[in-house]
Amino acid sequence: MITATHYLLLSLILFSLGVIGVMMRRNFITVLMSLELIFNAVNLNLVAFSYRLGDLAGQILAIFVITIAAAEAAIGLGLIIALVRLKDTVALDEASEMRS
Amino acid sequence: MEFLVSNFEAILFYLVAALTVAAGVGVIALKNPVHSALSLLSTFLMVAVLFVVRHAEFLAAVQVLVYAGGIMVLFLFVIMLVNVKGVRPDAAFLTRWAPLAIAGGVLIGVLLALLVLLGVLATGTADTSALQSVDGQLAGNTEAVGITLYTTYLVPFEIVSVVLLVAMIAAIIFGRRDVALERPDGEARP
Repeated sequence: MITATHYLLLSLILFSLGVIGVMMRRNFITVLMSLELIFNAVNLNLVAFSYRLGDLAGQILAIFVITIAAAEAAIGLGLIIALVRLKDTVALDEASEMRS
Repeated sequence: MEFLVSNFEAILFYLVAALTVAAGVGVIALKNPVHSALSLLSTFLMVAVLFVVRHAEFLAAVQVLVYAGGIMVLFLFVIMLVNVKGVRPDAAFLTRWAPLAIAGGVLIGVLLALLVLLGVLATGTADTSALQSVDGQLAGNTEAVGITLYTTYLVPFEIVSVVLLVAMIAAIIFGRRDVALERPDGEARP
């Protein structure tokens, strides 16, 4: 019997992988991909609880999360283009103008 | 064979979960961004399979269309564009803080696992007919989601469309060539 706990554990593994990816990679593109992993973990949680509670609200919220993820990807990739145009690199630690 | 049929749900879940985690590890561990993107693509598809199992058929379709179709193409497009401009992935693809980052991520995972395993809500089952019925009448999941989205959640739906519009404008402005971005070395922008 697969319960919501199984889904929660899977989603938390995905979430941790995403967090690790965001913190450890230098490449801006891969950091954005790790963010998408986090969004997917959240969606998995929402769908698992939607099934557990027999309530459609979780699926609706997951649709909104997907929409926001699409918006975030578009803006993030626009930022990458701007960064490449400015500095010819996608390494995040090259963008350090704000550091005193 | 008997075992396979009676435990079909569990076998499917563990198989797909293992593939999801493997692909997720691939996303953050592979050096080449294109390989990471393909790994991310398989994560999306595996999560879509899990959505189908949990009676979220419409969401699974959206996952494949928007994530695997739209966002993935966007990622690959940017990777190709960046490669054309001569930016190569660095030899050092990790930050100096990578061991600390891994330790922190594992710590977050363990703490969350404690939270999950202490929870009581997550076990047990509920009547899931509401996920695919409209006004008590049995219908498809897509129909149920559509009715709910356009009645109960109409205002958030409209607001999120404005968010999308703002994101589109922002992306266009970021992509414009004549935005006042000064290169630090003072030479003209390409």
